[in-house]
Amino acid sequence: MSVNNEFRPKIVAFCCNWCSYAGADLAGSSRLAYPADVKIIRVPCSCRVNPMFILRAFEKGADGVIICGCHPGDCHYSTGNYYARRRMTLLFSMLDYIGVEKGRTRVEWVSAAEGVKFSDTMNDFVAKIKGLGENVRLGDLRCKN
Amino acid sequence: MQRIGVFVCHCGSNIAATVDVKKVVEVIASEPGVVHAEDYQYMCSEAGQEKIAIAVREKKLTGIVVCSCSPRMHEATFRKAAERAGINPYMVEIANIREHCSWIHKDINEATEKAVILARAAVAKVNLNTPLTPGESRVTKRALVIGGGIAGIQTALDIADAGYKVDIVEKTPSIGGRMSQLDKTFPTLDCSACILTPKMVEAAAHENITIYTYSEVEKVSGFVGDFTVDIRKKARFIDADKCTGCGACQEKCPSKKTPSEFNRGLGTRTAIYTPFAQAIPNVPVIDTEACIKFKTGKCGLCQKICAAGAVDYTQKDEIVTEKYGAIVVATGFDTISLDKYDEYAYNQSPDVITSLELERVMNAAGPTHGHLERLSDGKAPKEIVFIQCVGSRCSDDRGKPYCSKICCMYTAKHAMLIRDKYPDVNVTVFYIDVRTPGKNFDEFYRRAVEQYGVNYVKGQVGKVIPQPNGKLLVQGSDLLDNKQILKEADMVVLATAIEPNKDVRKIATMLTASIDTNNFLTEAHAKLRPVESPTAGIFLSGVVQGPKDIPETVSQAGAAAVKVVGLLAKDKLMTNPCTAKADELLCNGCSSCANVCPYGAISYEDTLVNDHGIRETRRIAIVNSALCQGCGACTVACPSGAMDLQGFSNRQILSEVDAICR
Amino acid sequence: MSHAKNQAERIREISGVNPLKCMKCGKCSATCPAFNEMDIKPHQFVSYVANENIEELVKSDSLWKCLSCFACVERCPRDVKPGKIIDAARQLVVRERGGNYLSADEIPELLDEDTPQQLLVSAYRRYKR
Repeated sequence: MSVNNEFRPKIVAFCCNWCSYAGADLAGSSRLAYPADVKIIRVPCSCRVNPMFILRAFEKGADGVIICGCHPGDCHYSTGNYYARRRMTLLFSMLDYIGVEKGRTRVEWVSAAEGVKFSDTMNDFVAKIKGLGENVRLGDLRCKN
Repeated sequence: MQRIGVFVCHCGSNIAATVDVKKVVEVIASEPGVVHAEDYQYMCSEAGQEKIAIAVREKKLTGIVVCSCSPRMHEATFRKAAERAGINPYMVEIANIREHCSWIHKDINEATEKAVILARAAVAKVNLNTPLTPGESRVTKRALVIGGGIAGIQTALDIADAGYKVDIVEKTPSIGGRMSQLDKTFPTLDCSACILTPKMVEAAAHENITIYTYSEVEKVSGFVGDFTVDIRKKARFIDADKCTGCGACQEKCPSKKTPSEFNRGLGTRTAIYTPFAQAIPNVPVIDTEACIKFKTGKCGLCQKICAAGAVDYTQKDEIVTEKYGAIVVATGFDTISLDKYDEYAYNQSPDVITSLELERVMNAAGPTHGHLERLSDGKAPKEIVFIQCVGSRCSDDRGKPYCSKICCMYTAKHAMLIRDKYPDVNVTVFYIDVRTPGKNFDEFYRRAVEQYGVNYVKGQVGKVIPQPNGKLLVQGSDLLDNKQILKEADMVVLATAIEPNKDVRKIATMLTASIDTNNFLTEAHAKLRPVESPTAGIFLSGVVQGPKDIPETVSQAGAAAVKVVGLLAKDKLMTNPCTAKADELLCNGCSSCANVCPYGAISYEDTLVNDHGIRETRRIAIVNSALCQGCGACTVACPSGAMDLQGFSNRQILSEVDAICR
Repeated sequence: MSHAKNQAERIREISGVNPLKCMKCGKCSATCPAFNEMDIKPHQFVSYVANENIEELVKSDSLWKCLSCFACVERCPRDVKPGKIIDAARQLVVRERGGNYLSADEIPELLDEDTPQQLLVSAYRRYKR
């Protein structure tokens, strides 16, 4: 529906229910704008984000994926964000290796009180993705003849 | 295939001003599964909810998507509406087109486009939703408190006063804990025993409280609302029902050389003993390692002297099994070992003591009957040096990285009491920082300095050197004067770091309660759930959660009691149905999931499975839905993809990803 | 990077000391046997590095009064190790003087009555080739 031919990235944001999703709600109720390219998926905890979800997003044409969770030590489930951090560190370096630049993936800690940080983070992330341009689409090589 | 109804809310103009709601309805109506789509001004209103009910009836809906405000706002509302309309409440999904869309975007085309995508994602998810039912579990209306110090006593009293049965398990022969060893308490300087012993008596006399002293928790199974606990009652060798507490046995006991635990080893006790005069219960125990009868078979004096015939050398340990709905951990603290701190000469001179030992020295019932004297020669000291932060705030392996919190205040208390009672004694305190946040705390410390003339020196002590003349040479820093101070002292008192009780790791393991690197139990949320363990049904009271003083401990004990009462007041517990579940055909029993579960909710059972006609017994992960909180950590850890989270399944989230990236 | 900053960075690098860990308790100065000989005291070493005032530190007498007994290193509760800073500062001076490492032959002529023997031992331990 966009009128001009400006590059509009597809960005998936996984937000944990307890901190970051609430932070995004606060950004909304504070009317802190960020580009409409960001679409949020609610998960109970950042540790629910399976690397498979991120690979799927890139396979389906996403240009960037960001995972937001509670600040270290504040996780509703105590340690979930630590698991997320470790898993994503590993996944991101692997993605970098196969050609998805490090800048296309990010983990951020946003608390329920940080509406400003949420909006700033999204603005910054979208700008970075626009700078990187359109992503290569990952192929699904499972069960191919 | 689901029959989905989509309801787009205007939220007055909150949504409708920036999102073309009619257009959203038009586009979403052609999504697979959608059989009904409409928009309305206020979906959350009664009329709005009625629209859902009508559509469910007329279109035979099986799933609902509401495009409206944040699910954190009205998800519960719409779930209830769905339930009233006859659909499982977990068949409802919310597309957040207000906070995440209309409120942050200005361009109507852009916002409408995004609203459609968010709605599509929600529709895609509902297509894969399954009806979920919250589980129910029963609640045993009895609580267990582990530890009989002030924290445990207060928690038990508060629970008992609310009308519930509560048992206290205490490892030592008497309840009372650390507080019973203290002489005076800051900042009011009232006598510790005077405020503690009435509470001990009250607990012992309370009809709802059962006290197991000289007992330990041996085994815990079950989960919130339904724990089964084995308690080992160690043999006292005294029949508590017969004993009158007359104390004749202790007077006659010929084995008198055992260091008294209660006096921190500064005095001695007999082999048959009660730890202190006000002990509850006032029933002695026999220390078999010191008892001559147990060691040689001769003696038996206590049995001969006991008029009540209560001494029974044949008594055996007893195991009591009891059921509980909630467990409170109140195991308290001890001071750290000073073996690695050679520089303070603690192991070289009896005149270098810890602050807790000084409490006993100052106490009228203590080894010196309350007279301040050097333990080496009994002489009255003229020069006393206090050293703060001994082992606290140390990032090396000798001490503890945290601040023990209570030392600044008790050191000020000791310094003040000594200057008050013995004005000719000089008192010097070496400190790194003086930390006195708390009601009337800083005023208290300033009184020690201004009114009592305690000499506070900013700087640490490097070493304490015992001198041939019996004095102690203290070499310290005065950082404000940039000087090295050499001071001859008669006594040195070390504000020794505190650490959680040695047994707590064992107890935490039994309870599957999480514990940090310093052996403090972890709270469910540092700010919002400070008295609960992340493990449901386990509560924290006192220093087991972190260093704290008596007023803080008592407040926390009360808070823990309220949480326990809140739990016991329920007849049944509704459990969150969005819990993890393993596919038994995919699970290989590898334990990856149990290793990451913060709640100990996953166990393994040998289960008979039918894998495409092959029947065999396999080790399968079983999730206890009463314990699982639904974080999903296990689902990602599972290498075979067997573990999935109901309500946020892999397929559901992937379908949302697909819808967004379409 | 300015010279001062560069030098401070090198001291941090050589000594492995993070001056930010210091909580200014003074245990190093309290324990130092050469305290009275020093113009800059052990607990100040750390702030000289933190403030990037290396010029002053290397000029001070303390540099050569420190016995490298490492009592401060042993007893520091925060693992800051002020003694290592002095060691590093000495190394900085030695390197700037043209990398004149000690050789065993040079030792006899360096000996005089005022030089503490520990200094030579420590220097040799650190700068021998």
